[in-house]
Amino acid sequence: MAVCIAVIAKENYPLYIRSVPTEDELRFHYTVHTSLDVVEDKISSVSKALVDQRELYLGLLYPTEDYKVYGYVTNSKVKFVIVVDSSNTALRDNEIRSMFRKLHNSYTDVMCNPFYNPGDPIQSKAFDNMVSTMMVQVS
Amino acid sequence: MESHEEKPIIYTMENKPIVTCSGDQSLFTSLYHCLAQQLPREPMEWRRSYGRPPKMIHLEANFVQFKEDLLPKEGNKALLTFPFLHIYWTDCCDTEVYKASVKDDIVRWQNTLKTYNTADWLIVVVESDAKKKNKTNILPRTSIVDKIRNDFCNKQSDRCVVLSDPLKDSSRSQESWSAFLTKLRTLLLMSFTKNLGKFEDDMRTLREKRTDPGWSFCEYFMVQEELAFVFEMLQQFEDALVQYDELDALFTQYVVNFGAGDGANWLGSFCQPVQNWNGLVLRKPIDMEKRDLIQRSQASLLDLRSYLFSRQCTLLIFLQRPWEVTQRALELLHNCVQELQLLEVSVLQGSLDCWVFLSCLEVLQRIEGCCDRAQLEANISHTVGLWTYATEKLKSLGCLCGLVSENGPNSEDLNRTVDLLAGLGTERPETASSLQSPYKKLKEALSSVEAFEKHYLELSHAAMEMYKTIGRIRSAKLLGKSLAEFYMRKSDPKKAEALFQDSLKTYLAEGWALPVTHTRKQIAECQKLLGQTESYLQTSSLLASDGNLSDEERKHFCQEILNFACQQSDNQVQKVVLGMSSLAQLQHLLFTPTSAVVHVGGQVALELSLHSNMPMPVHLEQLAVSVHFSIERSSIRETGDVLGKQRTGGVNSGIIHFPGELPAGCLPRTSPPVLELDEMHDRSPSDNALNSSGVVCKNVHLLLRRRESVSSLETPSGVAVEDSAQILRTNDVLLLPGRNKILFTAPSREPGTYTLRQLRATVGQVRFVQHHIYPIVQYEVYSQEPQLKVEPLTDVLLAGVPQRVKFTIVTGHYSIKKGDALQLSNNDSMPILHSTDCTATIMSNTGERVGENGLSIQSSEKVTSITLPLTSTYHMVEFELEVMCHIPSILPKATDSDRLTNGELYQRAKSKCKTESHMASIDQKMSIDCPWSIYSTLVALTFYIPFKSQHSLLSAGKRKYIQVCMQNMSDMNFCLLNHCLTEKQKNTTLELVPVNIKPQQNVYSKQSVFCLWEVKWTTEPPSCLQCVFTISFSPMTEEEPSFQPYSYEFQLDNISTLYSVKAQIVPALGVQHCRTGSLCSLNVSLTRLSDLIEQNSDEGLTESDVLCTTKVMYEVADNSSNWAVCGKSSGVISMPVMASATHKVQMEVMPLFAGNLPFPSIRVFKYLPHHAAHSIQPDTDSWIENDNLSIDKSLEEQGDNSSIRSRTSTHSIGNEHKGLPIPRLEPFSSGQVFNSSSGQQVLVMPSKDDHVLEVNIT
Repeated sequence: MAVCIAVIAKENYPLYIRSVPTEDELRFHYTVHTSLDVVEDKISSVSKALVDQRELYLGLLYPTEDYKVYGYVTNSKVKFVIVVDSSNTALRDNEIRSMFRKLHNSYTDVMCNPFYNPGDPIQSKAFDNMVSTMMVQVS
Repeated sequence: MESHEEKPIIYTMENKPIVTCSGDQSLFTSLYHCLAQQLPREPMEWRRSYGRPPKMIHLEANFVQFKEDLLPKEGNKALLTFPFLHIYWTDCCDTEVYKASVKDDIVRWQNTLKTYNTADWLIVVVESDAKKKNKTNILPRTSIVDKIRNDFCNKQSDRCVVLSDPLKDSSRSQESWSAFLTKLRTLLLMSFTKNLGKFEDDMRTLREKRTDPGWSFCEYFMVQEELAFVFEMLQQFEDALVQYDELDALFTQYVVNFGAGDGANWLGSFCQPVQNWNGLVLRKPIDMEKRDLIQRSQASLLDLRSYLFSRQCTLLIFLQRPWEVTQRALELLHNCVQELQLLEVSVLQGSLDCWVFLSCLEVLQRIEGCCDRAQLEANISHTVGLWTYATEKLKSLGCLCGLVSENGPNSEDLNRTVDLLAGLGTERPETASSLQSPYKKLKEALSSVEAFEKHYLELSHAAMEMYKTIGRIRSAKLLGKSLAEFYMRKSDPKKAEALFQDSLKTYLAEGWALPVTHTRKQIAECQKLLGQTESYLQTSSLLASDGNLSDEERKHFCQEILNFACQQSDNQVQKVVLGMSSLAQLQHLLFTPTSAVVHVGGQVALELSLHSNMPMPVHLEQLAVSVHFSIERSSIRETGDVLGKQRTGGVNSGIIHFPGELPAGCLPRTSPPVLELDEMHDRSPSDNALNSSGVVCKNVHLLLRRRESVSSLETPSGVAVEDSAQILRTNDVLLLPGRNKILFTAPSREPGTYTLRQLRATVGQVRFVQHHIYPIVQYEVYSQEPQLKVEPLTDVLLAGVPQRVKFTIVTGHYSIKKGDALQLSNNDSMPILHSTDCTATIMSNTGERVGENGLSIQSSEKVTSITLPLTSTYHMVEFELEVMCHIPSILPKATDSDRLTNGELYQRAKSKCKTESHMASIDQKMSIDCPWSIYSTLVALTFYIPFKSQHSLLSAGKRKYIQVCMQNMSDMNFCLLNHCLTEKQKNTTLELVPVNIKPQQNVYSKQSVFCLWEVKWTTEPPSCLQCVFTISFSPMTEEEPSFQPYSYEFQLDNISTLYSVKAQIVPALGVQHCRTGSLCSLNVSLTRLSDLIEQNSDEGLTESDVLCTTKVMYEVADNSSNWAVCGKSSGVISMPVMASATHKVQMEVMPLFAGNLPFPSIRVFKYLPHHAAHSIQPDTDSWIENDNLSIDKSLEEQGDNSSIRSRTSTHSIGNEHKGLPIPRLEPFSSGQVFNSSSGQQVLVMPSKDDHVLEVNIT
C-alpha cells in the first residue's frame, strides 16, 4: 500500500498530500515535488497528436533507494502521485493502476461537489477516507 | 575444461563452436584456412524449437584435433567446450589402403564417438586429380566413397561428403566446396538444435527441482549461464540476455520469498556478511574472479549481483542499448540495497555507500567509453540519476567519515575510513592505469577534507548542471539544497544562503508549504550566522507566523524578534522595518458612525480587527495608521444633503472586510486580484438615448499584468515608512495570538477625505509595516453652513384658515447660543398665530431625537421674535408655527408660476401644481433674520384661496335675478354664514330680495353653493349694477368656529330687457301635427319692450328717416340638426325705437325626426352699420369673435345662397377686405334679449310612408 498520496494542481501546487509516517512528511513533500519534474518530462515527451489517446497512467516516475514514485495525470493536467515503499514488492503495476483509478474517481466526486471551489485544497472527508484505504496501515 | 580455464576468455567473441577433426591431419591443415574463411560467409536459417522465431546466423567454428577427452563425459553440462561436430578427413583413393588402415581408423573413431553417444559426425573424402594420376590402378573414385557409405552410413548417406580438388580454382572445385559447406552448416545447426534442445530440457528439469532441499542456485546459475554463453558465441545476444534476465528474476523472486518467510537453504551463502565492496566491474566481458566465487558457492549477494549485471551490461552494449544499462544500473543499485536489508545481511556502515558510489561511476565510465559526446549529451536524462545517486552517496560517506565538518575527521572517523578502504581491496589491474578510475576517486575523496570537498562539489555541480540542461529544475533545486546543507556543515553560510534562497523561490512559486517552511528555517540559520539582522528578523517573523512549525519553534523565532526589539541601541540605528503580514492580518475594520461620514469635529472611531499570527502575546509600543488627507470632497458630499446620503460602496454597514490572505508561509498560489466590475452606459449626447451598455473591469491593469516571480514576498526592504502629517495611533497594545480589536479615534478637524494608508506596529527597534490597506478605506469630514427651511405641513396652504408651517434649522457648524432668536418681520396680511404649546424638537444630524424645548415667541409691533433653544453644532431644530393669510378683498390673479421658498425650488409634483393652478393664489413673503447671518432670509409662502365665485344675471321678461355661485375649490369642508349681496351705490330705488338664503349653510369639498336674489326697482331699472357678495366662512371641523369674511365684487351692465323673441311652429294647412319630412312654418316675432334709452346709444340708430330705427339681425340655426331650415335662415330687420314695436318673420322649417323637438334656436344680434364701426371701437376679443359671422351676414344680405364652399372662400376675401368699411355684428348682453319661447317643444309625428327621405340642404 502507499506511504504517500498526493494530488497536485495543474499549476503544480499541492491540492492534497498525505503520507503515512507523519514524521517523514517533509521528505515526502520534497519527493513528490521533485517527481513533478519527471511528470512534466513524461507529458511533454508525448507528441501532440498522441495527447488524446495518451494513457493517464505514467508508470514509475523514478525509484529511490527507499521508495518508488508512480504518477498519473488527468486530462486537465491534475497530477496524482503515489509513493510506495521499495520493500513492498508485492505491489504490481496493475494494483498501482487501480489505485490511481480509484483516486481519479474520488477526485472527480470532489470536483462534482458544487461547494468545492476548483483549485482549493481538498478537504473532503470522503476523499480522505478513500485515501486512507489505500495507505499503509500504521499499527 | 582445463584448457578453458587455462586461457581466460577475455573476449567472448573468440569463442566459437568446437568442431573436432580426425583422420588425415595434414590434409585438414592444408584445407583449414580455406574452410575457416568460407564457413561464415553465408548465413544459414536456424529453425528453432518451442516456437521461437527462426534466425539467420553466420556460423563459425573452432576446428580442433579430435581427442577422446574432448568428448563430454556423462553429466558434464559444459556447453562451451562441447564439440558439436566431429569430422573425419581422408583423401584415400586406394581400396587397399582403405581396407588396410583407413577403415579401421574410421571404425575406431566411430566407436569412440558411439561410446559417448555422439551422433554428430561427418566423413569428408577429399579427391584430387593429382593423386589419381599417380596411381594408375585406382578404382573409380566413387568406389571409396561408396565403400565408406556402405560401411558407416547405413541410412545416413549424407554423412559422407566428397570434396573435389579443393585447392584448385575450378568450377568443379567451387561447386564441391559450396556443397560441402552447406552440408557442414546444416549439420552444425542440426547439432545445435539437438544438443541445445537437450541441454535446455536438462536445464529445465534442474530448475524444476529448485524446491528440493539440496538444490543450489549457484549450480543452476552455471548451467543456464552455459546456455547464455552459447548464445553469445552464436552472437545471439538477445537470447543470451534472456538467460541472464531469467536468472536475475529467479534470484529476485527467491529474495522476495525470503522476505516473506520462505527461505531457501542455498540463500544462506548469500547472507554472509559483506566483506568486499569494490563495486561493479564492467570493463571485462566476464569477471572470472566473481564467476569462480559463484561456482564455488562462495559469492556474496553483491558478488552475484555484480557479476550478473556485468554480464547484462556486456550484452546490452553488444546490443547497442547503453541507456538501458544506466537505467538497469540504478534499479540494480536500489534493489541491492533493499535486498541486503531484506536478507538482513550485516553490512559495515558506509560500505554500501562505497559500493554504490563505485558502481555508479563505473557504469558511467563504461557508458562514456562506448558512446560519443553528442550521444551522451542527448541522453543526460538517462545518466543524471546515477550522477545524483553517486553524489548522495559520496556526501553520506563524507558525513560518516567526518569529512563534512569544520574540524575534519577525528580518530573514530579515521578508523572508520580505514575500515571502509580495506573493504575496497586493491585496485583491479584493468583500471590501474586509468587516473580517473572510480577506485582512485573514492580513495582520494576519503583521504582528506579538501579532496572530499573537491570531488563532492565536482559531482554536485555536474549533476545540477545536467538537471538544469534537461529542465528538471525541481531536482536541481533539491540537489542545490543538499549542497547548501553541506556548506552549512562546512560553516560557509554565505554560499549556503544563496542556494537556499534559490530553492525557496521554487517552493514559494509553486506553493509547497512544508518545503517552504523547512527551507526558511535553514535560511534563518544562515542569516543568523551571517549577521544579516534585518533579513534574519524578516525570516524569523515569517517563521513565527508559520502554522507548519511547532509552537516551540514559533515561539523561539518570535522571541528572537522580541529580543532584538528590546535591545537598547545606544547609537541611533534606524529601526528595522518588517512586513506586517507575518505579524498580523488586518481582517476587518469598523467605522463608527457606520456611514464613515462625519462633520467637522465629530467623532470617528475606527475599530481594527487584527489577527495576530504570532504564537505568543506581543506588546506593541505603538500601533499607527498613517492617514492621507485630501481636501477634495467626493461627489456624494457635494449635494449638500447630509441626512439623505447613502454611500454607494458596500460600506453602509461601516464594516470593511479585507480579503483573507493566508499566512505568507503557505501561500498556495498568488491568487489574482478580485475583479472590480462596474456598469457602463453610453448615452448619445444629443437625446440621451442609450447607445450601449456593458460591464467594465476597473482593475484590468492588475489582472492582466505580467505575473512576476514571487519576489515581493521576501523583500521587506522596499517597505518604507511613510511620513504623513495625520496619524492615528494607539500606544501600548498587547497583541494576543488570534483576533485582537484595536480602537482608534480618527481626526476630524478639517473637512475633506481621509484615506488610511499604511499600518505599522512598533515593537522596540522593530517596525512592522503594511504598505497599503486594500481595499481603500476612507472616511469623510464635512463642514456645513447653517440653514433655515420653512415649508408648509400640508400640500397646500389655504388662505383664510390657520395653517401650520414647519421651520427646520440645520445648525451646521453654528451652535445656537443663549438668546439667539429668529426675527420674523410682521406682515399684516399674514399674522403669526400664537399658541402656547409651541415646542421645538432638537435632533442630531443622523435624525436621532435629542430633546424638546418650549419656544418663547414674543411679538412686538414689527417683529415676532422666536427664541431658539440651545443647540450644539450639527443638529437640527424643528418647530411648527401657525400662520394665517387673510383673503384680500381684491383678488390677485392666480399665477401658475413655481412657488419659491427660501430661494429653493420647492419640490412638489408638477401635476399637483397644475391641478391647483385654478385656485387663486397669494404669495406671502416673510423676512427672517437669523442669528448666524447678517442677511435676512426671505421666505415665500403661497396661499390658495379656497373659493371661486361666479355671478350671472337671469331674466324673466322684464324681471331680473342675480345668481352667485360660490365653489369650494379646496379639500376642506366649510360652514358658511351671513350671505349677503349689497349694491355699492346704495341706490334706494333698488332692492335686492334674497330668494333662497339660509342663515347657515355647509359647503363641502369641491361643491358649490348657489344664491339667488331678485332685483327690484321702483323707478326704472338701472343700466349698471355694482354688487358685493360677502359671506363668512369657517372650517367645519373647528369646534369654536372663527368666521372669516369672504367677499366677491362684480358689476352688471345692461340689465334691462330690450327685445322679446317669441317663436311659433305651425304645421302645414289642414294638418294637425307636424310630420317629419314635411314643411312647417316657423313664425318669429320680435318685440321691442322699451323705448330708446340714452345709454343704449351703441345700438346703432339710423336716423335717416323721421322714424328712428335700429337694425337687428336675426338668425335661426339648429345645432342639433333636428330641423332643416329652408330658405333664408337669417335676415336684418329695422326696428323702430319705440316700445312694443313688433316685427314678424316667417320661414319654412322641416323636422327631421319625430318626437317632441325643441325649437331651433333664434339668435338676435345688433347690426351696426359701417360708419358706426369707426366711432365705436369694440374690444378686440369680441371683434375677432364676431368677425366670421359679420362677414357671413353681410354676404347673406346680398341674397347669396350660402354654401359652405362659398363661405370659406368668401371668408378669405373678407379677410383681405378687412380694412374696408363693412357692417358689424354685435351680440346683445345677456339680459337685453328675452326669448320667451326658449325651452319650448313641438310634437312631430313620424311621416306615414316609410321610404327614406333625402333632404339636401345646401
